[in-house]
Amino acid sequence: MEVAIDANELVKIYSPDVRALDGLSLSVEAGTIFGLLGPNGAGKSTAVRVLTTLTQPNSGSARVAGIDILADPVGVRRTIGVVGQKHGADPEATGRENLVLQGEFHGIAGAPLRERIADSLERLGLADAADRQAKTYSGGMQRRLDVAMGLLHRPQVLFLDEPTTGLDPEPRAEMWREIERLTGEEHMTILLTTHYLEEADRLASQLAIVDRGRIVVQGPPEQLKSDLQGDRIQVELADSQDTGARTALERVSDLTDIKLEGRTLRARARDGGAAIPAVLAALDAHGVKATSVTLARPSLEDVYLQHAGRAFHRADNNHEGAA
Amino acid sequence: MTALRQTWQVSLRGVRALIRQPGYLGITLTQPIIWLLLFGALFKAVTRIPGFHGGSYINFLTPGIVVMLAISSAGWTGMGIIEDINGGIMDRLLVTPVWRGALNAGSVLYAVITIVIQTTVIVLLAWALGADYKGGVGGVLLLVVLAGLLGAAFASLSNGLAVLTRQRETLIGAVTAVILPLTFLSSALMPQSLVPDWIRTVAKFNPVNWAVEAGRSAAMQNIDWGLVGSRFGLLAALTVLCAIFATRAFTSYQRSL
Repeated sequence: MEVAIDANELVKIYSPDVRALDGLSLSVEAGTIFGLLGPNGAGKSTAVRVLTTLTQPNSGSARVAGIDILADPVGVRRTIGVVGQKHGADPEATGRENLVLQGEFHGIAGAPLRERIADSLERLGLADAADRQAKTYSGGMQRRLDVAMGLLHRPQVLFLDEPTTGLDPEPRAEMWREIERLTGEEHMTILLTTHYLEEADRLASQLAIVDRGRIVVQGPPEQLKSDLQGDRIQVELADSQDTGARTALERVSDLTDIKLEGRTLRARARDGGAAIPAVLAALDAHGVKATSVTLARPSLEDVYLQHAGRAFHRADNNHEGAA
Repeated sequence: MTALRQTWQVSLRGVRALIRQPGYLGITLTQPIIWLLLFGALFKAVTRIPGFHGGSYINFLTPGIVVMLAISSAGWTGMGIIEDINGGIMDRLLVTPVWRGALNAGSVLYAVITIVIQTTVIVLLAWALGADYKGGVGGVLLLVVLAGLLGAAFASLSNGLAVLTRQRETLIGAVTAVILPLTFLSSALMPQSLVPDWIRTVAKFNPVNWAVEAGRSAAMQNIDWGLVGSRFGLLAALTVLCAIFATRAFTSYQRSL
């Protein structure tokens, strides 16, 4: 396999108590989408900053498209495209003017640049707005302009740092289609960071879960989910502090990872369909009233819970600091 | 060649904003116009002090105001950089293979273009108020060039400071703390023959004074080529040093991210 991004034991320390990267290693196959999933502050954006030469690691090494990020940062900058978390466009300039600046900075000029800009505006649906100031664009249009700028010089490796954060469902779906097209038609390698489980699940062929500056687990989304072995059973209880419920479920064979949070009781079963009658019978025997029982295939939420040791949305809320 | 194109692209951002909102230039001119009128009235009596050999006070004052305008205008250049850093634009620029020097040089070039327009307006206004340019058009052009050169040095300093501190407050503090002392420690408002010895000594090392004395000699008096040439050389060297400092600041900023 051809490796497009290869990072070894990257460490980035912002202050003695903030280790944004704490030995992060990853390897991305050329022409694929690699998803870095984790809550805010997990180290995803720092990883992107290091790999795009925006900052240097305290230790560790990395190659992007075969070029060492420390030995030849300019060489790396020539081969990569970056769509950052914040809008990178100059709001006072028009879409076209932003693209001209981007092209000139990559050493493209004159007629080839004009043609490329016209193509890219057309493809991303910005042709009509090309000569309007970027500050008049909607959120979705600004994001498309960011993508157009990141792609103008036809990079081999594209970094997308939370590309759909803050977008409405419609432009988000559009962005997903564009990302899929890039790897499909153009054989581009994409490193995508996101804190949307759904996004990672849909786009990435390889996925790494980042927590506290390290990768806690890595693999294709399907494999990560199937590694959890079994289905998720979720029971909503009528009373919130019904401790009998937990005892009841512990009696049922084939159930693992029983957790009670408020009125929600979660457990895993190798064969969820077969376990449900036993669960209901056990609850009934202990006099516990259930309002609903649901059965689901494992999701990335479960993968995260399993490896990071806490529910994803909780980590997202509690975690602050260097993103 | 690529470096020049990239520098121009950076300047173009400012130039376009100026063309879209030319009124902004008018606002920046109110302060120097007030200086010209206020100081002109306030210090008029200076000409009657024995030892003043400057002719009319407006003749004496105009080069001082032109240079003061150049440094105060240039001092704010770094604000654009801070805005770019806060807005995420700087990050996007820094992940391209652009020559780092262009990021500073482009912004300095825009500052100089602004300063040339502003000082030209002030020179014309002073002329309407009775200033007598003995040096003719060529002398006035030299004055504007010297002011632009000093402005370029200050614009680089401002950019370097902006990149290193990334704080508006620090830049505002530095600019306001520096401009008045540097002006008063020069012959911008008061001839060197009338100031205490220690000020005269300090002024020798003050770039603002280099620009004021050379500019005054070129525009208002029988030009002293030795003075103008040496001060021009000093200012050019300072401009290069400040540009190197600012360009290095970009590299060190990136390391600190």
